[in-house]
Amino acid sequence: MNAQPAVRRLVSWDVILLVLVMVMFIFGNEVAESVRTDATVFNTLRNVGEIMLIALPMTLLIISGEIDLSVGSTALLSSCVIGKAFEAGLPMWQCAVLGVVTGAVGGAINGVLVTRFGLQSLAVTIGTLGLYRGLGSVLLETNTISGFPKDWVAFGYSAKVFGFLPKMWLLIIPVVVIYVVFLRYSRTGHAIYAIGLNPEAARYAGLRVRRIKFALFVATGAMAGLGGVLITLRQASASPIAVRGLELAVIAAVLFGGVSIFGGRGGLFGVVNAVLFLGLSRTILRLAGVKPNVLTVVTGGLLLISVVGPALSARLRALPLFSRAAGPAERESRSEQTRLPDPERL
Amino acid sequence: MTTATMAPPSTSLRRVLGARETPVLLVLVAVVVGTSMVNSRFVSRQGVRDLLLAVSFVALMAIGQTFVIVMRHVDLSVGSTLGLASYVGVVAMRNLPGVPLLWLFVAAAAVGIVVGLINGVLVAVLKLPALVVTLGTLYVVQGVQAIVVASKRVNAADLPKSVVDLGINSFLGIPYLMWAVVVAAAVAAPIARYTRFGRDLYAMGSNPDAAVLVGIPISRRTIGAFAISGLCAGLSGALFLSRFGGTDVNAGIGTELSVVAACVIGGVFIFGGSGSPVGAVIGALLLKVIGTALPALSIKEFWQDAIIGALIIAAISVDRLVVVRAERRRRLESRR
Repeated sequence: MNAQPAVRRLVSWDVILLVLVMVMFIFGNEVAESVRTDATVFNTLRNVGEIMLIALPMTLLIISGEIDLSVGSTALLSSCVIGKAFEAGLPMWQCAVLGVVTGAVGGAINGVLVTRFGLQSLAVTIGTLGLYRGLGSVLLETNTISGFPKDWVAFGYSAKVFGFLPKMWLLIIPVVVIYVVFLRYSRTGHAIYAIGLNPEAARYAGLRVRRIKFALFVATGAMAGLGGVLITLRQASASPIAVRGLELAVIAAVLFGGVSIFGGRGGLFGVVNAVLFLGLSRTILRLAGVKPNVLTVVTGGLLLISVVGPALSARLRALPLFSRAAGPAERESRSEQTRLPDPERL
Repeated sequence: MTTATMAPPSTSLRRVLGARETPVLLVLVAVVVGTSMVNSRFVSRQGVRDLLLAVSFVALMAIGQTFVIVMRHVDLSVGSTLGLASYVGVVAMRNLPGVPLLWLFVAAAAVGIVVGLINGVLVAVLKLPALVVTLGTLYVVQGVQAIVVASKRVNAADLPKSVVDLGINSFLGIPYLMWAVVVAAAVAAPIARYTRFGRDLYAMGSNPDAAVLVGIPISRRTIGAFAISGLCAGLSGALFLSRFGGTDVNAGIGTELSVVAACVIGGVFIFGGSGSPVGAVIGALLLKVIGTALPALSIKEFWQDAIIGALIIAAISVDRLVVVRAERRRRLESRR
C-alpha cells in the first residue's frame, strides 16, 4: 500500500512518454536505416517548431477548460500579413512583429467572444477558423510572396547550432522554459488548474476567471502568430494555402501529452515530450519510406490510444472482479483521486 | 440551454422550432433574390443545377450531423469517412457482380456505419469526449484512405455509366443527387421529431443529467446517432463519386468544418437540444448560395471563407442572445 503510489508515479504517463521519446531516439535510426542521428534530430526539431510553440499556450487553454481550433488559420493569416507587409517594402523584423501582433489580435477576438459574450469556445473558434483563413486568402488572393532576406530564411530552415539544433530553437527553448515555470510555479499557473476543475468555485474563490481565460486566448493567438513567422521562413514564402491541419496536430499533441480535454489536469512535461515523440515518429517513418498521407494513421491512432487507454483501464478497474480484489478502502481512495487534482502535478 | 424544453409543449414548441429555421430561410431567400436582381444569370437553369449538385453531399452529411449535435456531441470524422467510402464503393463495384450502383451505395453505407459505430462505442461506452474521439478517427480513417487509395486516381472513364449519369441527370429540374438529399431529409425529419429515438436525443442534449434520471438508454442512443451520422457520411461518399465522376486520396478532406458550419447556420444549437435536419439542409444551401453569389455580385471569391466564418459566429451569437433574453425574462417573471 505504501509502495504503490511511488510505483504509480514512476509509471506515470509523463515518464512513459519520456521513455518512448528515448527509445524512438535510440532505435529510430536503425528502423530508418539512416546513419545521421544529428540529421534526424535536426529535421524533427525544425518540423515541429510551430507545433511546439502553439502547444504550450494550448495546453494552458485546455487545462482552463477552453479550446482554440483557429490556431492553424491564425498562423496562416499571420503568414499572409507578413507576406503582404514584406511586399509593401517593410523591413523584415517589422513584418515578423506584425505577424505576431496579428496572431495576438486574432486570439483577442476569440477571447472577447468567449469571455465577454459567453459563447462556447469550440463553436467560436470553428467560426474564426474559417474567418482568419478567409482573411488570409483575401489578403494574398492566389499570390505567393517570396524573396525574403536570406539570413531570415536560414533561421527558419537551414541554420543550425551545435550541429543538430535548428537555430530557431534558440528562440523556442526559452519560450518553453517560461511556460513550464509559469504553469508550475506561478499563482496564475495554479489558478488555471483551479479554473479548469471548477470555474464556479474558482470565481467564488476570487480568481479572475474571465481575465485569465482572455489572456490565455491572446497568448495562444500570439504563439500561433509566431508559428506563422516560422512557417513563412521555413517555406521561404507566404501563401494562403501553406498550412493545413495544424490545429489538429497541435491538439493531438496536447492530448497525447496527457492533458485532459475536460480541463484541470495535465502538465507541460508530457506535452513537450508528446510533441517530440510525434515529430520523431513522423521523421523516422518518413525516412523509412512511409508516405506523409499515411502518417496521419499514426497521429490519429496515438491520439485515440492516449484517450482510450486510460478510460479503458478505469472501466476495467471498476469491474466487480477487479475492485473486490482492491478492497473498499482502495476503491474509495481511487475515486477520490479521480475527482481531486494530484498535488504533485500542480 | 434548458429553455426550449421548459416551454409548454405543442403550440409554443412548434413556434420555437419554426423560429429557428425561418430566419435562415429568409436570409437564403434574400440572398437569392438580391443577387438575381443584380445579376439575372444567377438563377439560370444551369446555375441552380450546379448549386444543387455542389450542395448535395454536404447537405446529406449535415442531416446526419444534426443527430449528433442535438445530443451535444460533434462528429468530425465525416470528411474522411466520405473519402474512404467513395473509394471502397469503387472497389466494390469493380469486384462484385450485378448492379454496380447498388453495390456502390451498399459499400459506401457500410463504411460509414462502421466508422459511426466505432465513434459511437468509444463515446458511449468509454465516456470519451466526441471531439477527441472523432478527431482521432478523422486522422485514422484519412490514413486508411491514404493506404488504400495510395496514388491511384479514379476518373469518370473508370466508372460505370450509371454512376456518372446519376451525377449528371435531373428529374423535374432537380438533380438526382439533390433528390437523394430530399429523400434523406424526408426520412430524417420525422425520425428526429416524432420517434422515441429522436426525442431522446433532444432530451440528452438539453439536459444530460436529467436524461439519465428519466431512464433514457444513453449508450444505445449515442451509438445510434453516431451510426446515422456515419451512414450519411458514407452515402455522401457515393454522391461525391457521381458528382465529380471520380475520387482520389484527397477526397473529402476538410469538409467536416463546412458540415458543422451548415448545421450551426441552419439553426442546430451547437450546445445540443434544438435544431432539425431540415434546418441543416437549409444551412448547407445558404453556405453554397453565398459561395456562388459572391462571383455573381462581382465580389472576389476569396471572401467566401471569411464570410462563412463570420456567419457562424453571428449564428451562435444570436443563439446566445436568445438564451440570455429568455433567462432574463424568466427571472423577471419569477421575481414578480
